[in-house]
Amino acid sequence: MASLQVPVRGKAGGLPTTKAVILVGGPSRGTRFRPLSLDLPKPLFEVAGHPIISHCFAAITKLPEIREVFIVGYYDESVFRDFIKDCGRTHSNISVRYLREYQALGTAGGLYHFRDAILKGRPDRFFVLNADVCCSFPLEQMQQLFDANDAEAVILGTRVPNDSATNFGCIVSDPQSKRVLHYVEKPESFISNLINCGVYLFATEAIFPSIKSAMTRRSERPRLVSYPSSDALDRQYVPQGDDDDQKTEAIRLEHDILSDLADTSRFYVLETKDFWRQIKTAGSAVPANALYLMKAFQTQSKELAKPSATILPPVFIHPTAQVDPTAKLGPNVSIGPRAVIGAGARIKESIVLEDAEIRHDACVLYSIIGWSSRVGAWARVEGTPTPVREHSTSIVKNGVKVQSITILGKECSVADEVRVQNCVCLPFKELKRDVQNEVIM
Amino acid sequence: MKALILVGGFGTRLRPLTLSLPKPLVEFGNRPMIAHQIEALAQAGVTDIVLAVNYRPEVMTAALKKYEEQYNVKIEFSVETEPLGTAGPLKLAEKILGRGDEPFFVLNSDVICEYPFQQLAEFHKQHGQEGTIVVTKVEEPSKYGVIVHKPDHPSRIDRFVEKPVEFVGNRINAGIYILNPSVLSRIELRPTSIEQETFPAMVTDGELHSFDLDGFWMDVGQPKDFLSGTCLYLSSLAKKNSKALASTSESWVHGGNVMVDESAKIGKNCKIGPNVVIGPNVVIGDGVRLQRCVLLQGSKVKEHAWVKSTIVGWNSTIGRWARMENVSVLGDDVTIGDEVYCNGASVLPHKSIKQNVDVPAIIM
Repeated sequence: MASLQVPVRGKAGGLPTTKAVILVGGPSRGTRFRPLSLDLPKPLFEVAGHPIISHCFAAITKLPEIREVFIVGYYDESVFRDFIKDCGRTHSNISVRYLREYQALGTAGGLYHFRDAILKGRPDRFFVLNADVCCSFPLEQMQQLFDANDAEAVILGTRVPNDSATNFGCIVSDPQSKRVLHYVEKPESFISNLINCGVYLFATEAIFPSIKSAMTRRSERPRLVSYPSSDALDRQYVPQGDDDDQKTEAIRLEHDILSDLADTSRFYVLETKDFWRQIKTAGSAVPANALYLMKAFQTQSKELAKPSATILPPVFIHPTAQVDPTAKLGPNVSIGPRAVIGAGARIKESIVLEDAEIRHDACVLYSIIGWSSRVGAWARVEGTPTPVREHSTSIVKNGVKVQSITILGKECSVADEVRVQNCVCLPFKELKRDVQNEVIM
Repeated sequence: MKALILVGGFGTRLRPLTLSLPKPLVEFGNRPMIAHQIEALAQAGVTDIVLAVNYRPEVMTAALKKYEEQYNVKIEFSVETEPLGTAGPLKLAEKILGRGDEPFFVLNSDVICEYPFQQLAEFHKQHGQEGTIVVTKVEEPSKYGVIVHKPDHPSRIDRFVEKPVEFVGNRINAGIYILNPSVLSRIELRPTSIEQETFPAMVTDGELHSFDLDGFWMDVGQPKDFLSGTCLYLSSLAKKNSKALASTSESWVHGGNVMVDESAKIGKNCKIGPNVVIGPNVVIGDGVRLQRCVLLQGSKVKEHAWVKSTIVGWNSTIGRWARMENVSVLGDDVTIGDEVYCNGASVLPHKSIKQNVDVPAIIM
């Protein structure tokens, strides 16, 4: 289908060529994913049996015309080596390359920095996927919207409850034409409950000039000036959890580009009715795991464990894991490689990582059990369910904000009969007494 | 001989259990509390027992008829139309207690111990004065009324000190007495307290002695103490190598002090004990962990549940992988859902609990 001929714009005849970029960020961005990111870069953390990044990659592979995928971030080169090797094995027709930023350039800055690689072969357009979102990635529908409107940019949007909308990039669009009229990243006041999902399709002709002019603007006029109120000025100086890589030279799609695109370009929004979640905190891996498992279940994936009296679907059990037949698992459980689940254990809404052991009659609910961790007999490791529509993984208990998902870091142990509730436990800790609502250093 | 058991009111402190059964009939160590007392009294030669109550439920009448036959005693109710305190009921029952000139026993129905009625009667007759109070040693006397003896006498009481701030002694009133009928003339028929009024007057006259109790003692009038009392009772049985306890050679018995009714069923791979009472027709599923708890008749603990410091009411069910602790008390016919956690939940009869009770609460 695709050929080596130098493509021209799709509208001029022939099929448009498309590439994809997965933005993975870097190690300093992973702080909110602690304690799990202490031992593994977040994009490689497995939910529903696969690294977070491979869910993005899998969506990309559904589009046959994409032959080239770039992973852009500032992790060490070695981090994605094995993942890329695996991609090559399963999809030999797709080239996957890691492009390493040596400093955090921002989501748009990174794209611009690697523009030569992206533009090589003169593709018409490229997808940009943030690795830390969990969704069904309806890339084909984005393409259709793009084609139908001869668009220069398409953004994936989703509706969230009004009270949480200001935590995201907010999109105002024309309900009929789906054209983006206005975009504001994390506005101070309510603008729209249609928010940015962090998945884009850009025309190469439109996006790079747009980034270039943002960079020029930046050097002429620092961004602070664009914030009119003094409140916003203050906010600018407060380092925010997810802004820890913010540097003056970093150019970000969300802050610096999308708003301009709304004013100047043929910019459209595809509103997804499917699931969408951010994977920011470590606890958010649990809802992400649930959503991906549910998706696999609905598409009758062969990877999932067969439902039975003791398997409430969806459940993923790695082929090398040992699960006693009297243990009851599910729904929304992933069991990692070589994990051992004892007789009469109960696991629900949880992720059990590689080499972990859950001993007999233990109960694990709404939790992540770290690599090589051990949960004793009759122990209870428990988080608190958060409402499905909720985009936060902390809850307020007795007036104190606590982590709703209980997380045991690598090689932790919970003694027999001990109860752990709403705790985050850093690696290599032994829990010998009941604990709740604590971070265990 | 005769005895008066002070039963009193509705036993509200032992709710939610006493919403379904009068307190004297609530099983302690798999037998109604009052059965322990009636048996001990009968063994000491008591033939007439008066139950001082301020209500008389039908269910009590039927139960007591059974004990009358079993222990060959006569049991009568003395019903107060208004609460008469702890001394008033004695006066109300004067016709029975005052018959003849033999001393009579008085005991508080909440008290559990190795009732020493025989020795108490012998001791009482020996000193010849009007009354004897059973006393027990406690670790923290400041919470109770403490008994102080005459300096020159090992048993004659000199005075009572209510909640002493300074150590004056560690013997407290155990709620069991033997009194001569003459004491009845010291009491007026009105709400009055035996501890506050009658005994101090007897002390003034040098007519009151104390008798040291051996072994354990507990007022089991509320759930926390009911569980502690159960531990003490089971320990005392263990000390006597009682056949009432499950053999520690059983694979599932852990730490001893486990009493299991023979009609109860126990699943595989359980770990039970120490200090567990399992009532008639109780069903314990596979892989269940029980410690320091009482499972009343007909209750059910499903597979893999974990239960500690909990009283499971009659016909109640605990779900799979549920976890109960911190003095949780389930009334009659309560259901705890699978995987639910209860921390100090006090659950009224016929309720179904489907969500965690994270902090101690009463579930109406």
